[in-house]
Amino acid sequence: MRVTVRLFARLRDLAGAGELVREVPAPATIEQVWRSLVKDMPALSDYERTMSVALNTDYSRMTAAVKDGDEVAFLPPVSGG
Amino acid sequence: MPAPLVAVTTDLLSLDGLSAAVADLSGPDGAVTSFVGLVRQDNLGRRVAFLEYEAYEPLAVKGLQRIVDEVKANWPTVKLGVHHRIGRLALGEASIIIVAASPHRAEAFSACRYTIERVKQIVPIWKHEHFDGGDVWLEGATADPDDETARQTAYRIACA
Repeated sequence: MRVTVRLFARLRDLAGAGELVREVPAPATIEQVWRSLVKDMPALSDYERTMSVALNTDYSRMTAAVKDGDEVAFLPPVSGG
Repeated sequence: MPAPLVAVTTDLLSLDGLSAAVADLSGPDGAVTSFVGLVRQDNLGRRVAFLEYEAYEPLAVKGLQRIVDEVKANWPTVKLGVHHRIGRLALGEASIIIVAASPHRAEAFSACRYTIERVKQIVPIWKHEHFDGGDVWLEGATADPDDETARQTAYRIACA
C-alpha cells in the first residue's frame, strides 16, 4: 500500500523533501513507515526520541495502524510563538 | 467580517482586528489582555537577520483550537483569540498575537499567559533562524497534547 509521508523543519531538510510517497507492505504501523524511511535515510534516526507523529492531520502514536492512502507526518520538537 | 478566532497565516497580524473579534464591547467584558510575540534581534548570542516560520497547517490550526477549548475549560468566562504568522518575518514583526477578554482581569491575564505557554508546547510550528553567519532550526518541546504534566506546568505559570 501507499502512504504519504510529511516531514517538517530540520527533518525535511535532512530528507531533502517535505512530502514523499512510500510503498509499505500491509498491514503496517506508523513505526514501520518510520523504519522504512530511516533505512533509506539514516540521518533521520536522530529524531526518533524527540519527534511527534501525526496520522491524517491528528496527533498519533508510533503503534497506530496505517491504511492505504493515509498521510503520516513526522514532527521535530516544536518552536512556535 | 470579523476575524476568525484562530488562524495560521502568512498575512501581517492585526491586533485591532483580533481584539474586535474577541472583546464584547456591549457590556459583559471588563478586561481585555493581549500578548504580542515579536521577532527579536538577539538569540543565544546570535545576531538574528530574519526568521522563517513553517507550520503543519491543518494540525497547527487544530492545536490552536484545542488551546481555545482548554482555556474555555479552565476559565469559562474568557473568550480567546490567537493568530500565528508563518513565512518570512523581519525583525520587530509580530509572529503571534493572543487576545483574551473576560468580565474580570485575573482570568484574562491567566488565559493569555496559558495560551503562549501551550503554543510553545503543542502547536506544530517551527522557527528557522537566519543569523549573521548561518541558519538553524530551533527546537523546543516534543509536542504531545496528552502530556498532562506539560499542561499543568502551563497552568501553574499562568496562575502564578
